[in-house]
Amino acid sequence: MEISGAEIVTRCLQEEGVEFVFGYPGGAVLEIYDAIFKQDQFKHVLVRHEQAAVHAADAYSRSSNKVGVALVTSGPGATNAITGIATAYMDSIPMVVLSGQVGTPVIGSDAFQEVDMVGCSRPIVKHNFLVKDVRDLAATFKKAFYIAATGRPGPVVIDIPKDVTMTKCVFEYPKSVSIRSYNPPTKGHPGQIKKAAQLLSEAKRPFIYVGGGAVQGGAGDLVTELVKHLNVPCTNTLMGLGALDGTDPNFVGMLGMHGTYEANLAMQYCDVLIAIGARFDDRVISVPSQFLSNPKKIVHIDVDPSSIAKRVKVDVPIVGDVKHVLTDLIAVLKETGLKPNPDALGQWWQQIDEWRKPNCLLYTPSTEVIKPQHVIETLWKVTNGEAIVTSDVGQHQMWAAQYYKFRRPKQWINSGGLGTMGFGLPAAMGAQLANPDAQVACVTGEGSIQMNIQELSTCKQYHTPVKVLSLNNRYLGMVRQWQEFFYGTRYSESYMDALPDFVKIAEAYGHVGFKVENPADVEPVLKEAFGPSLKERLVFIDFRTDQTENVFPMIQNGKGLNQMDLPAHMRGMQQVPFDNNRDYGNLA
Amino acid sequence: MRHILSVLIENEAGALSRVTGLFSARGYNIDSLTVQTTEDATLSRMTIVTHGSDDVIEQITKQLNKLIEVVKVIDLNEAEHIERELMLIKVRATGKDRDEMKRMAEIFRGRIIDVTEKSYTIELTGAGDKLDAFIKAIDPAVILETVRTGASGIGRGERILRV
Ligand SMILES: Cc1cc2nc3c(=O)[nH]c(=O)nc-3n(C[C@H](O)[C@H](O)[C@H](O)COP(=O)(O)OP(=O)(O)OC[C@H]3O[C@@H](n4cnc5c(N)ncnc54)[C@H](O)[C@@H]3O)c2cc1C
Ligand SMILES: Cc1ncc(C[n+]2csc(CCOP(=O)(O)OP(=O)(O)O)c2C)c(N)n1
Ligand SMILES: [Mg+2]
Repeated sequence: MEISGAEIVTRCLQEEGVEFVFGYPGGAVLEIYDAIFKQDQFKHVLVRHEQAAVHAADAYSRSSNKVGVALVTSGPGATNAITGIATAYMDSIPMVVLSGQVGTPVIGSDAFQEVDMVGCSRPIVKHNFLVKDVRDLAATFKKAFYIAATGRPGPVVIDIPKDVTMTKCVFEYPKSVSIRSYNPPTKGHPGQIKKAAQLLSEAKRPFIYVGGGAVQGGAGDLVTELVKHLNVPCTNTLMGLGALDGTDPNFVGMLGMHGTYEANLAMQYCDVLIAIGARFDDRVISVPSQFLSNPKKIVHIDVDPSSIAKRVKVDVPIVGDVKHVLTDLIAVLKETGLKPNPDALGQWWQQIDEWRKPNCLLYTPSTEVIKPQHVIETLWKVTNGEAIVTSDVGQHQMWAAQYYKFRRPKQWINSGGLGTMGFGLPAAMGAQLANPDAQVACVTGEGSIQMNIQELSTCKQYHTPVKVLSLNNRYLGMVRQWQEFFYGTRYSESYMDALPDFVKIAEAYGHVGFKVENPADVEPVLKEAFGPSLKERLVFIDFRTDQTENVFPMIQNGKGLNQMDLPAHMRGMQQVPFDNNRDYGNLA
Repeated sequence: MRHILSVLIENEAGALSRVTGLFSARGYNIDSLTVQTTEDATLSRMTIVTHGSDDVIEQITKQLNKLIEVVKVIDLNEAEHIERELMLIKVRATGKDRDEMKRMAEIFRGRIIDVTEKSYTIELTGAGDKLDAFIKAIDPAVILETVRTGASGIGRGERILRV
């Protein structure tokens, strides 16, 4: 039987087991929307802005093991989706974005709402397709889902001209897919894995550095097993948080620009480094030459060969899927009994404990003004460390990353690579839909929340009872911090004047709003928000936080991992020397 | 250093723009690029001449391989190879210049493929430096127009690039 292209679209989505499609209708996709109307296998979530559809689909994916799906119309719908696609691309998130397109006969004629979506999205997708023939539609979907989810994951765009959705053809969904030009690696080279084990056994100061690849690749348990088997200290990148439990004694905190003292120094001074699904980002290692100024042997496990030796030359590259490689590496370590020298490891741990002692995340509590760090710590306490936390971008994001000790992978959802303000709320929505029973918190700032605040309406419609914690410092705080440090406190356009009454906004959208100004109220309000009486409600909490608080530690641009700006209580501190070249930070 | 890369890529709409887009987005150099379908119509073969440090060339080949439609990439520089480029050059050829130009074309094994009273169009193939040498060897004032294809390359001997 022949069915229309639009029906083929919905059938393909059903075949892929799609639960939710996040989207927004328009002329070019009306046929598809009609087909959606006639089916009930998946649910459509009507967002209020296409950017939010893509963020929601992205977070749906980040918080589950499924591929998120978004659907937008041609022209402005498609361009509105671009930021969301780029966000997913930078963080390697599997997603399929369907965009409507003008009819094939008028493509290229500057038709109404025509935009070259394949061209616009090309640099920010893993792959994209323009389907010009309805007979190619089903196979294209099969390929798109396969490409999005395998190898290094990423967003795939399918651009579908309107006439294709109207043309009829027989539907048959391919059972399998194979693309001769695309063969993502799985197993790592056994010889390289042996070399890695050998290197580990020769290490005096081994260190494990785990990134988003381990989270995406579902390798949290294997990372934990490796760390525990070797008893080696371990750090997670911003994208890797949760890969090792944040409360685990082997965890030394996040590393990088706003990483902990101990994680950054361990990264700098280790002699054997195992990098797992992490890409030596500039916000992590800062300047490569500085990072390598203390010699170290590096093992790099990554499914994408182009991540390896991109910023840092490594000694043992292992191209493969993190799950396969770690399974094999652990097996080799167990078989051979290879382990780091226990005496040296003991000394290394002593050194690490010494770095830990001053607690670089200590902050000065206050009874006068709400400290943002205190809000996050209390959130952790109130949610028992179990909530899914999404965030926007800025200081609040860094505090959430530093102070919420994530227990498991996929619990922390943020835009790391692109740093997209406006991500948090739609992401919370997507995560809540993927995890209906979970507590979902969105940590945001008064700047970021206003970039997609209209999604409060979507949250109402679809009953996503997320809790929005806005750390309202009346500043574009992260910008203000840089202006304080590097631009002589000239706060150019970083002050948010004329802020709305967020409580009223929340209420106007049909939600519950609280304003909290007194530190003593932080815990009771959070308890109420997450308590049984408001379980089914979206709660927006406007925390008036300390306007002048800064994120520490901080590595300034161009500085090394051992040249951190440290919090007040660590400045001027005496340190036991590590080695002659050491420079433990800005202790002045 | 100059490198000559051979790329087998699916013969699909938009595939070429993925390659050129990659080079411009990542700031790589394209000195020349040639492309045409192979004996297998589903595949195109590209020859890209680029230059950069070893690290950059390594990233270029990895990034090319990462494109879904790219089937294979080889760096011809890694072993012996042959490269050829075609140039069509139109030169003013009047009076005594006519014989001179004909002689030059012969020396360079070029062929005169179009003749008017005042001009010759010469077809020349060879490695890029040979074509450069021809241009240098003749009086710049007589050159009316040049068009060059950019290099196509192939491995020497048994070295084969195919699916
Ligand atoms: C305001 C702000 C501040 C920031 N500060 C910091 C900071 O202090 N510290 C920090 O760490 N980051 C920070 N970031 C984030 C930073 O920009 C990067 O996004 C992040 O560091 C990259 O994380 P990653 O190295 O884990 O790589 P990801 O971007 O998560 O990349 C994952 C890697 O794993 C690979 N991979 C994927 N799947 C698999 C698999 N199955 N098997 C094997 N490999 C796989 C991929 O190929 C890729 O190379 C900040 C961002 C913002 C916006
Ligand atoms: C879409 C977008 N525009 C601009 C920026 C640059 N930027 C990064 S953090 C920040 C300030 C965010 O302010 P707010 O949401 O109030 O968070 P705070 O830093 O105050 O916690 C800005 C403007 C960005 N990351 N994203
Ligand atoms: Mg703010």
